[in-house]
Amino acid sequence: MLTDITLGQYLPGESVIHKLDPRTKILLTIAYITALFFVNTVAGFALCAVFMGCVLKISGIPLKFILKSIKPLWLFVIFTAVINIFMTDGKIIFQIWVIKATWEGVYLAVIMSLRLVFLVMGTSILTYTTSPIVLTDGIEHLLAPFRKIKVPAHEIAMMMTIAIRFIPTIIEETDKLMKAQSARGADFESGNLIARAKAMVPILVPLFVSAFRRADELALAMECRCYHGGDQRTKMKQLHMQQRDTGAFLIVTVAIALLIGIRYLPGLI
Amino acid sequence: MIEIQDVTYRYDENQIDLALNHVSLDIHEGEFTVILGHNGSGKSTIAKHLNAILLPSGGKVLVDGMDTVEEERLYELRQKVGMVFQNPDNQIVATIVEEDAAFGPENLGVPPQEIRERVDFALKAVGMYEKRNEAPHNLSGGQKQRIAIAGIIAMMPRYLVLDEPTAMLDPKGRREVMKTLRYLNKEHGMTIVLITHYMEEAAQADRVIVMDHGQVIIDDVPSMTFANVALLKSVGLDVPQVTDLMFRLRQSGVYLRHDLLTIDECEQELEKRLREIKEG
Repeated sequence: MLTDITLGQYLPGESVIHKLDPRTKILLTIAYITALFFVNTVAGFALCAVFMGCVLKISGIPLKFILKSIKPLWLFVIFTAVINIFMTDGKIIFQIWVIKATWEGVYLAVIMSLRLVFLVMGTSILTYTTSPIVLTDGIEHLLAPFRKIKVPAHEIAMMMTIAIRFIPTIIEETDKLMKAQSARGADFESGNLIARAKAMVPILVPLFVSAFRRADELALAMECRCYHGGDQRTKMKQLHMQQRDTGAFLIVTVAIALLIGIRYLPGLI
Repeated sequence: MIEIQDVTYRYDENQIDLALNHVSLDIHEGEFTVILGHNGSGKSTIAKHLNAILLPSGGKVLVDGMDTVEEERLYELRQKVGMVFQNPDNQIVATIVEEDAAFGPENLGVPPQEIRERVDFALKAVGMYEKRNEAPHNLSGGQKQRIAIAGIIAMMPRYLVLDEPTAMLDPKGRREVMKTLRYLNKEHGMTIVLITHYMEEAAQADRVIVMDHGQVIIDDVPSMTFANVALLKSVGLDVPQVTDLMFRLRQSGVYLRHDLLTIDECEQELEKRLREIKEG
């Protein structure tokens, strides 16, 4: 059914990772992604895998959800792999006319693919363990210092909140419109792609009209509730960094140090 | 007290028709007032004047002595006069019930601890405290409208103006909202201005104002308002079924009181009359 969708891909839970401050999670995810670009050895990726495995274990998210989030990536992985294999100079494996595959290219392709997989794994753990609304709150707080350079931190967060809030409403409305049009003999199921796209027009037009009307009414209701942007606004729920956040920072810092260390260590010895 | 002094309003400069035609009204504190009228009578227009969504073309609206045209006191005014609209879906901003109730006080810059207290109070007042952590889209229409009311109550207004809050609800939802409004009025002394076209809702008020063509034609207690059946019908309004029955009986020559509103009162009156007739 259209109406029972879950928002985002949040999996409610009680683990330490769920309970971490959203700011901690966002910052650490960014740090982890950056660190991934330093990894270029088998040992490095093994360490990555161990680290991700531990995080996954603690968060209690089933492995199949993570695999599901990696699945849409295959096209992207193949694309980067092909580009890398054929565009890198080095020891030639085989050559057809001017196109040549190289060992160095294969090596780079494997590294890039692994990086992508680990990157998506990391970000999906963030979205699996943090509800969209908390995530928005975290983003607002993290962007707050940039307000000095005119980054509309509060406005961005407000827009995200309203978008999330209206997804179920709009879906419900789409469902209603589809039923109403079906009752009048509209056919959404048969015909080729173009015919089906055309059948959507009588749904989309009223949907857009109503979305604009909703926006108008919501704006009025918000004004009546004294909304005037982020200035002098307070928040009922305050974010508090706790001991577990400090712990998470320490653990991830050590892990990142290891990842980067593995790259440079052999050269130093 | 809200004073509406000789207010006129046109939606369009070039239009001759006035949406409000020299309306004067006082809304007193603690009162439960219902404004009735059919479409285009000016009932919503008058509501929108109470918190400066619309500003009068002529005349004045004073809220506790504060003129609604004073732009620098707009937020103070809107905090004082809370407004609830027809469609609950288009008023709820947040994805969690209690977050939505907190939206108004957050805008006013209330300290976090106090917002928490206000939100709890408001949600309890509308009977939605148990649902505070739920997502609004999973609730019924009546429940959503009660959350919209809680969102306004949390701003601690003196006046609560509701523009057809029950028009999109089913009968159960309508009863829930009316019960909440009566409770707020009786237990918390909240001044309520309810715009509606349901007669049954008007019958529960302290005072009924009937509007037609931008003018106030009746301003009285419900029982006296509904006694004027012929006038109400002439402006396209229906009276409650009970009142209509009594009106028709009176027209056909049965002597009955004309100020009865509830089924119970009506039943007693009819029984009394029947006994009198039987006894000769």
